[in-house]
Amino acid sequence: MTRLILSRLAQIAVMTVILSLCAFLLIGLMPGDPIEMAIAGDPRLTSEDAARLRALHGLDQPLMARYLAWAGAVMEGNFGHSRLFAQPVAQLLWPALLSSLELLALAIGIAITLGVGLGALAAARPRMAPLVQGVALVAQATPSFWLGILLIILFAVQLGWLPAGGADTGWRFLVLPVATLAFANLAAYARHSAAALRAALDEPHIRTARAKGASEARVLARHALPNAAVPLLTIAALDAGAMVSGALITETVFARPGMGKLIYDAVMGSDFNLALLALLLVAVVTMLATLGADLAQRWLDPRIA
Amino acid sequence: MAVRFLICLLLLALPAQAQPRDALTIGITQYPSTLHPNIESMVAKSYVLGFARRPVTAYDPDWRLICLLCEAIPTLENGLAVRETTPDGRPGLRVTWVLREGLRWGDGTPITTADLRFTYDAGREGATGIGPAEFYRSAYAFIAEDERRFTLRFDRVTFEFGSLGDFAPLPAHLERARWEQDPRTYRTRTLYDTEPTNPGLWNGPFRVAQVQPGSAITLERNPHWSGPAPHFRRITIRTVENTPALEAQLLAGQVDMIAGELGLPVEQASALARRTGTRFRVEYRPGLIYEHMDLRIDQPPLDDRRVRQALLHALDREQIVARLFEGRQTVAHTSVNPLDWPHDANVRRYPHDPARAAALLEEAGWTMGPGGIRRNAAGERLSIELMTTAGNRSREATQQVIQAQWRAVGVEARIRNEPPRVLFGETLSRRRFTGAVLFAWVSAPEGVPRSSLHSTEIPTAERNWSGQNYPGFRNAEMDALLEALPQELDRERRRALWHRLQAIYAEELPALPLWFRQDAHVWPQWLAGVRPTGHLNPSTLWAEAWGVRP
Repeated sequence: MTRLILSRLAQIAVMTVILSLCAFLLIGLMPGDPIEMAIAGDPRLTSEDAARLRALHGLDQPLMARYLAWAGAVMEGNFGHSRLFAQPVAQLLWPALLSSLELLALAIGIAITLGVGLGALAAARPRMAPLVQGVALVAQATPSFWLGILLIILFAVQLGWLPAGGADTGWRFLVLPVATLAFANLAAYARHSAAALRAALDEPHIRTARAKGASEARVLARHALPNAAVPLLTIAALDAGAMVSGALITETVFARPGMGKLIYDAVMGSDFNLALLALLLVAVVTMLATLGADLAQRWLDPRIA
Repeated sequence: MAVRFLICLLLLALPAQAQPRDALTIGITQYPSTLHPNIESMVAKSYVLGFARRPVTAYDPDWRLICLLCEAIPTLENGLAVRETTPDGRPGLRVTWVLREGLRWGDGTPITTADLRFTYDAGREGATGIGPAEFYRSAYAFIAEDERRFTLRFDRVTFEFGSLGDFAPLPAHLERARWEQDPRTYRTRTLYDTEPTNPGLWNGPFRVAQVQPGSAITLERNPHWSGPAPHFRRITIRTVENTPALEAQLLAGQVDMIAGELGLPVEQASALARRTGTRFRVEYRPGLIYEHMDLRIDQPPLDDRRVRQALLHALDREQIVARLFEGRQTVAHTSVNPLDWPHDANVRRYPHDPARAAALLEEAGWTMGPGGIRRNAAGERLSIELMTTAGNRSREATQQVIQAQWRAVGVEARIRNEPPRVLFGETLSRRRFTGAVLFAWVSAPEGVPRSSLHSTEIPTAERNWSGQNYPGFRNAEMDALLEALPQELDRERRRALWHRLQAIYAEELPALPLWFRQDAHVWPQWLAGVRPTGHLNPSTLWAEAWGVRP
């Protein structure tokens, strides 16, 4: 097990370096550098100003030289300064990360609870399966921005019970965005858990448990669910990456600054320092979560090893 | 007993009724990337800083240049501006401003010419990272005559000499040492971004009290403000980039008003006004945002002036404005805004006239061909690529109507849109478009359009792709006018030059004028005193006059 963990950690380190280079080159190759955008917006910028600003921001250097300079600084613990937000990158990333984690952890937690609950209902009561499938279908087909706006109109504008959005702290500001995201995510958990539980309920050991007189609830919770949890862990591991990368549309509709909006702005604004650190953070968390899921699967089902 | 009880209730209720509205929450759609006044220019920053910082001069809501920190606008007549010869023998100007008495930073430190000297030194040093540095290159000497009186010497004569534009005091007592330590990294260490709540950074009626990066900035009264005390104790500016979400926050009462400078598009504001009746006041103010289509006039078929004129005659701009924008935009005839004094009301106009458009196209050799598209003698179709910023709903809708109206006279428009970043950063700036591009310019009152019309401003690799003459317009008389205009100090003679410039523009049509955009300001009924300007100096520069209707 230790060898496996060490080998996977080494893979993650190599992948991180490769990803950083790819992300840097891709952002660098996007059309229009920040100075060209500034020229288009400000007729007072002369060619002399353009040359001076390019040199000042290091944009006159070849892309590879800029990457090496960035990587060297990161190795020394200097993540640099965000050109777009005029703040040290680490200082910007932390509050955005906390905001996204708060939002998405709650939303995914609720989605897992409700989704698995619905899946269990569909597996245990086959008559209810079409209803559960219908709910999952609606959840999957409903665009987040549309649902978000509908919830705002109903609960903030018409009823006035909840705020329409904002970055303020307090549970009231979380209810609508969490509900929007939870509804969108619940479909995957409902469908997968229904399918996995149905398969698990046909296993011989379940028949044995039933023959021993175990209640249906106990059969589901103690005997079927641990086996059905294996595929769900994979989805949850991928969602861990999503938690760190934020939810761009929901964050925009509810005006909550988070990782989704931050990454989008950084990439579109060619803010290399910010974009790279944010993207790498997402990649590393996703890879670590996948490692965690693999280990959990081995623990739940030793046959996988 | 009952009467006493009622009186007690009334007394308890009275303070609540008399509670003054002393806080205001404003919604805008952009967050400033920095709060440093001289690094980066963006509308959101100008709007926020209008509350907390005052420049020396500005254009007021009536588009007149006025003093905000100085005693008088320098003129040749009042002797504060004097013609002189520069050390290298060119005509120049020596201009003097006198700061008002009693000006202080928010920490009580007096504002003096030392602060302006620091701004000058920082601006002259290229490594500071100030964007447009033409002002600092032209002002070759700064002379602080005493604590309130300073003189700048310019190496050219321009009619704008009385305006100091972005040249405003920076707090030398807080910032100079930081800047001197290393000008190259000053922009990452300035207190404006590392400690924006430091009161000594601000000299307006308000100071920054709290910053939530990306979402909100809270301002509180500045106790050292020497002007009239503002009514509001606290102003919060919230950023909500998505306009439906911003509207929802307004309706839910989370924001009191939406700034016109960075708020709802006019069509959305009109719909809101219709739905909500008298709950809000919506004021529309024509501004300097000029929607137009740049044409690639150095390539066929748009190199033929008759084709360009036909394209404009084929458009029913009044109808587009009426249908798409509820009549809330001002149809443009040239790039000069009708609100700006040099505007020529008699300039050539192109009314919607499909017959005239067809005649002009026939004259240019484009005859109607199969499928209703015109062809020339070589059999080539009259087909024009029409581009705009992808995702901009009002522009995309406009584009559809233009396509249909051109089609009616036998011109094919091929729509190809790109994200703003690609369109502005690559396609326009490197002149990689082949037909027409629909976008907007923002100018200033009496802004000379040199960068978009002078032949030396055609972007090329040699000039770092700077310049905005994207159409590739070359006209010797226009070049001469653009050079003469800034140097002409006599207003009436300048008016004649402006009229000639507009006449050439309307005749040659390097771009097709569409309309001047209006800003939609959405206010609660109780708010009073906000005067939209329609230009780059935001309404917040007069925030001390904002209050509550009696």
